Amino acid sequence: MKGVFDIIGPVMIGPSSSHTAGATRLGKIARAILGEEPSTVIVRLHGSFAKTGRGHGTDKAIAAGLLGFSSDDERIPAALMLASAAGMKIEFVKQDFVKVHPNTALFEMVGRSGRKVSVMGSSIGGGSIIVTQINGYQVEFTGEYATLLTIHEDRPGVVALITQVLAKEKANVAFMRVSRQERGAEALMILESDEPISHQAYKIVANIPAVKVAMLIVPS
Amino acid sequence: MEHFSTFMDLTALAVNGQQTLSEVIIKYEVQKSRTNRETVWQQMDERLTVMIKAVEKGKSSQEKTVSGMIGGDARRFGEYAKGKGLLGRVTQQAIQYALAVSEVNALMGRIVASPTAGSCGILPGALLAAGEALNVPREKLISALFTAAGVGLIINEHASLAGAAGGCQAECGSASAMAAAAVVEMAGGTPEQAGQAMALALKNMLGLVCDPVAGLVEVPCVKRNAFGAVQALVAAELALAGIKSVIPPDEVISASNEIGCLMPASLRETSDAGLAKTPTAQKIEDKLFGENE
Repeated sequence: MKGVFDIIGPVMIGPSSSHTAGATRLGKIARAILGEEPSTVIVRLHGSFAKTGRGHGTDKAIAAGLLGFSSDDERIPAALMLASAAGMKIEFVKQDFVKVHPNTALFEMVGRSGRKVSVMGSSIGGGSIIVTQINGYQVEFTGEYATLLTIHEDRPGVVALITQVLAKEKANVAFMRVSRQERGAEALMILESDEPISHQAYKIVANIPAVKVAMLIVPS
Repeated sequence: MEHFSTFMDLTALAVNGQQTLSEVIIKYEVQKSRTNRETVWQQMDERLTVMIKAVEKGKSSQEKTVSGMIGGDARRFGEYAKGKGLLGRVTQQAIQYALAVSEVNALMGRIVASPTAGSCGILPGALLAAGEALNVPREKLISALFTAAGVGLIINEHASLAGAAGGCQAECGSASAMAAAAVVEMAGGTPEQAGQAMALALKNMLGLVCDPVAGLVEVPCVKRNAFGAVQALVAAELALAGIKSVIPPDEVISASNEIGCLMPASLRETSDAGLAKTPTAQKIEDKLFGENE
């Protein structure tokens, strides 16, 4: 059963939990995955996001999220102006994707340092979201937990090396998924933890030679 | 653990433990969240503040939404209702407060989804108006919000709170049922009476479809929140008078679930039928999305 504050809550900026609150959370998690302030973002809006987004303020909500605002931040209505004032260039494009949730957006981001990351996510109702793709890799996580994502060499022992780091942190793994394109090439792992994962632990994981990419997404 | 799944369970916990429904829900949340009573109470207190602020903001706002369909009606109603009108003060306040919060939501203001954003005016509308009439202290309003949450938890468990799943009966119907039970507890009614109020309110909204114009949380949502708030007061007063729903609370929830499953997708938040497909709605939609291209 859910909690009391799933029913009397969330506190949010209206009008729609999926098109506004969820959209803000998608923008915010996209920024968190990029790991720095975005300078240029192309946002591709699919389905209902593209169709009714403007009346629901989805564009403003996404801009607010990219600025790092939460879904109850009263600056959301002014977010497009605030983003432009902050020198963040955001372009919205309507695009149809195949076999995705009706409320889906793809973020193609370039950060201040020049780092490029693309993130696809969906707003699945009640303000809840899932991230479905990062840099073309299929993923699935909610951002409600501390999430560690790695792209690493697909060989024995690598997964154990990474989970040992979390064990030392006393971070309990709530959900874990490993996938790969082909045996012996690259594997992708997503670990969601009940406890916070420290930046130090993330650094240790990132420095494991077999780990090519590591990302830490901290819940907001 | 205060474990309950049905309204019958919840009532038994309250009656056998000689405690209010809100007390059972508070204990449930403390255990579930692994925090303490103060934290849980504080969180609800903050939500009440957001509700009150939204009422205040909406009462005086003259702003219009992007579509131009919504805005300024809470203020308009307040001007009209100054010492006149057919309905009494409590009912008029419930109407005005519900409109105010729903308009704030439509205008991208800060609200508490209760249980959803589209139905966010009903609970504060009914509760705050009744609270003023009963002259209750703030603690009673906070307790009543826990009772409302308990009703929402049970409905969510056996039916749905999402318009896309169950139509508007799932959103405004649930909100009205939650508010009805909350008002009964606040007015000093028994847990059984709160259940009867819940059943009466939800029963009256069974089958209500979700067919919003242009897919926006505006028409018919905002004004429906006013009706939902008043209906909650009607249900609460019926129950407080000792009037019972022939069909018990848990069976009404099951019926709501069955009706939601039978409802065609075109009437579950897709705007493919009903009000959304009327000539006027089509004109509004064309104008709005024409500008968007």
